[in-house]
Amino acid sequence: MKIKSADNRVKREVSIVLSGEAGQGIQSIETILIKLIKQSGYNVFATKEYMSRVRGGVNATMLRVSQDRAAAPVDKTDIFIPLEKEALARYAYRLDKNTIIAGDAALLQDSRVNDIAFGKIAEALGNPLFSSMVAAGAACGIIGIGKETADDFIQKLFGKKGEETVNGNIKAFAAGYEAGARTAVKNNFKIKIDKNIKIQDEFMLSGADAVAIGAIAGGCSAAFAYPMTPGTSVFTALAEYSHKGQIAVEQAEDEIAAINMALGAWYAGARAMVSTSGGGFDLMTEGVSLAGITETPVVIHLAQRPGPATGYPTRTEQGDLNLALHAGHGDFARVILAPGNTLQAFELARKAFDTADKYQVPVFIMTDQYFVDTYYNIPRFEVKEHKNQNYIVETKEGYKRYALTKDGISPRGVPGFGTGCVCLDSDEHDEDGRITEDLSGIGLKMKEKRMKKSALLNAAAIKPSLYGNKNYKTIFICWGSVLNTALEAIKISGLKDAAILHYSQVYPLHKSTADIIKKAKKAVMIENNQTGQFAGLIKKETGLDIGHKILRYDGLAFSADGLAELMKKSAAIKGKKIRKPAEKKKGRR
Amino acid sequence: MANLYGKENVEIAWCPGCGNFGIRNIVMNALTELAIPKENLVFVSGIGQAAKAPQYYNTSYFNGLHGRSLPPAAAIKAANPLLKVIVESGDGDMYGEGGNHFIHAIRRNSDITVIVHNNMVYGLTKGQASPTSRPGFTTPVQVDGVFENPLNPAALAIALDASFVARASAGEQEKSKEIIKAAINHKGFALVDIFSACVSFNKVNTHRWFKENTYIIEEGYDPKNKPEAFKKSLEEGPWPLGILYVNDNKPVFEEKLAPYLNKDNTPLYIRKREAGTVMDILNTKI
Repeated sequence: MKIKSADNRVKREVSIVLSGEAGQGIQSIETILIKLIKQSGYNVFATKEYMSRVRGGVNATMLRVSQDRAAAPVDKTDIFIPLEKEALARYAYRLDKNTIIAGDAALLQDSRVNDIAFGKIAEALGNPLFSSMVAAGAACGIIGIGKETADDFIQKLFGKKGEETVNGNIKAFAAGYEAGARTAVKNNFKIKIDKNIKIQDEFMLSGADAVAIGAIAGGCSAAFAYPMTPGTSVFTALAEYSHKGQIAVEQAEDEIAAINMALGAWYAGARAMVSTSGGGFDLMTEGVSLAGITETPVVIHLAQRPGPATGYPTRTEQGDLNLALHAGHGDFARVILAPGNTLQAFELARKAFDTADKYQVPVFIMTDQYFVDTYYNIPRFEVKEHKNQNYIVETKEGYKRYALTKDGISPRGVPGFGTGCVCLDSDEHDEDGRITEDLSGIGLKMKEKRMKKSALLNAAAIKPSLYGNKNYKTIFICWGSVLNTALEAIKISGLKDAAILHYSQVYPLHKSTADIIKKAKKAVMIENNQTGQFAGLIKKETGLDIGHKILRYDGLAFSADGLAELMKKSAAIKGKKIRKPAEKKKGRR
Repeated sequence: MANLYGKENVEIAWCPGCGNFGIRNIVMNALTELAIPKENLVFVSGIGQAAKAPQYYNTSYFNGLHGRSLPPAAAIKAANPLLKVIVESGDGDMYGEGGNHFIHAIRRNSDITVIVHNNMVYGLTKGQASPTSRPGFTTPVQVDGVFENPLNPAALAIALDASFVARASAGEQEKSKEIIKAAINHKGFALVDIFSACVSFNKVNTHRWFKENTYIIEEGYDPKNKPEAFKKSLEEGPWPLGILYVNDNKPVFEEKLAPYLNKDNTPLYIRKREAGTVMDILNTKI
C-alpha cells in the first residue's frame, strides 16, 4: 500500500520521559498517565529506572504512546519532562534537537526548556500537590490526546477523596493540557495516533502482575518470601490477592526460612512459591538442594538485578542464570523458565506449578527488574477452566514415598490423605524415605532414579521461538525479558536475512537448539549480562561456541533503537563465529 | 504399655545409653495416651543425633536441613491445619544453626509442639560446644573451655512471650510425659526443652548430673504469671522442671492466614481454584 506523503511527516507514536527525584510524584504521574492513555483508547507502554532511594536521586519513567503496539523501551525521546535540574544532565544522552523539553524554566535554567511551571500553576489552583496532575496534563497536551476522557477519569480516580480534590485535579489537568498544547504549536510538533476504543478493555499487566496472576491460575495456594527488590512485587501481588485467591502468605524471617517453608507447604499438599532476587536466592540454595534430594516440588520466582552481592539494588540484569543453573550441590534435575512478554509470564507461571508437581522438581521463573516493572496493554485473554492436574495420590499402609518406578517418578502422597506414612529425608534414603548408607544398593538406585527425570524434562522442554526470516543468514539469540526489545530492534535495523531465536525455557534446552543455530551463517547472542551466561550454557550443552555477543551490563535494559544499531554492527562484522566442536578422534590419544 | 508409634525392625543409630532413647519412650507414651491418629501426625526435624528421632517413629516425617525444622513445620501446619505437627531436634540444631528461626517461630506462634533434646554438646559432629554448653566445658575445639555465656532457651522463649514453655528431663519419664502431653494439647507454639545426657561426648552433664541438678517445680506454681515464670526460668543449679509459662491469649499463625479466616480448616490440597477467580483478578487489571 502506498503511504500518502503527508503521513510521512506525521508521527504515529511518541516517547515521553518524565524524570525527577524520588518523592516528587513521578510514580503517580506514571500511574495517572498510563491509565488515562489506555482509557482514552491508545496503546501505552511504561517502564522505569530508579535509584535505591526513598527520597532524592534521579528517577525516570519512560512512556510510549503508539498507533501499533510498542512494548520495548527506546532511547529516542520526543518529550522530556524533567522535574528537577539534575535530570537534564543525567538523561542528556536521550535528548536531541527535536526533543521537546517542558518544565519550570526558572528551576531548570536551560535555554532549551519550554516553560511550563507545574508547581506555580498548582499553587495558583490552591494546592502544590496538584503539580503531578499539571505535568500529566502537559504531557497529554503536547501529544493532543486524553482531554475528552480526563474529567471522567479524574472523577473516578479521586472520587473518594471529595469534590475539592476532584475539581482541583480536573482544573490542574486542564491547565497543564493547555500549556502542553501551546508548547506543541510553538514547536510545530505534529502527531496523529488513531484511537482504538477496543484498547480500553485490554489488560494492563506489569511483568510482576503477570507472574503473580499466572501463579494463581497455576493453583498457587501458599507464598513465602523475604522482601528484596525486585522480587518483592510478585510477593506483594500475591498478598494483595490472598483473600480472593485463598492463598496462605507469610513474610518469612529470611530467605532460608522462605524456601524451607515452601518445601514444607508442598510436602503437606499446598502449591507454594517463593519470590526473591539474586542476593536472597543465594541464601535459598540449600533449599533447592533439599528439593533435589527429597523430590519435593517448588516454584521459585527469581527476579534478577545486578550483582555480585548488593550490586545495583534497583537496576536490571540477566546475571543470575548461572546461579539458578548451579544452585544446590550434587546432581539433580531442574527446570528454568524465562518469560519474554507478559502473556508468556502468565502462561509460564501457571505451567511452572504443573511441571513442579508432575516431575517433583524445582522450577524457576526468571525475570528481572526491567521485566517486573514494565507495563503495556495486551489483548484480553480468557482463562479456561484449567484442571490443574492433581498429582497427589491417596496413600495406603506400607506406602513408599520414594518407590522405584520405571520413569523415576514416585507417586507423591501427602500426610493426612490416606493411611500411609509420608517420610521425607534430606539424607540419602531408601524407598520408605529412611536413611541409608547402602552405597551400591538402594543408595545408587535413588541417585539414578532422580536423574531419570532429566530425560523426561529434556523431552518436555519448550521449543525456542523463531521470529523473522525463516531463511536466516544471521540468527540473534536471546532469552527472557529481551524478547520484545529484540523484535522491535530487528525491525528498526532493517536487516533482511536475520531472525530472532528466543528461549522462554533456558534449561533444559530444547533438542532443536544445535540445528537451528547451525543453520545460520552467523549467530549473535544478545544478553543483559557481562559474560554471556546463556551463550556459555549453549556451548556446554551443544558444543557450539557463539563468538559474537551483544552484552549490556550497565544496569539498564536494552533499548530497541540502541540494540538495532548494535545488531547492524554485529551483522556487518565478517567471520562465521560459530565454532563447532572438533570431531572426537577415535581411539586413544 | 504398647508403643503404637514405634517403628519396628529398625536399627537405631544412637549410642547405647544415650538420653535420646528415654525421650523416644516418653514421646511415644505421650502419643499413646493422647491416642493421636497416626495418619494425622507429622514429625519435623533438622540435623543432628536428636533430629534422627523421627526415623524411629512409625509416622510421617519431614527430616530436612540443619537448623531448618521450624519453617517447614509452620508451613506444614499452615497447609493442613488438621495435622498434628511435632518438631523434635537437638540444642545445636534449634538454638545454634536455627536460632533465627527459633526466635521468629515463637513470634509466629503456629500450633506446633517443639521438643528440643538438650544435651549441651554437639553429638553428631563428635563433641564440640553447643549454645547451651556450660562455661568451662572443654572440647577438642573449645580447648580452653567454653567462655561464652550459655543460651537459656526457656528464658529466651518467655522473654519472647512464647505461648507454652516447659523444661523436662529424659531421666524423669513420668513428669516429662505429662509435660509433653500438655505441650501437644496446647494450642500455639509449645516449647519443651528436655535435658538429655550424651554419654559419648559430654562427660560433665551426665544422667546423674541432670538428676542431681534438677528439681520438679512445686505444686501451686502459676505458669500464667509472666514475671514469676521469667524468674523461674533463670534459676540454675538446680534447674526447675515443669511447665514454666503459658499464655493462652496469643493469636495462632495459621488461623490468621487468608484461607482459614472463615474458620474453614479444609487443607489446601483439597481446595479447588475456579478459573472465575483468576478471571476476576485479571479483570481488575484493565
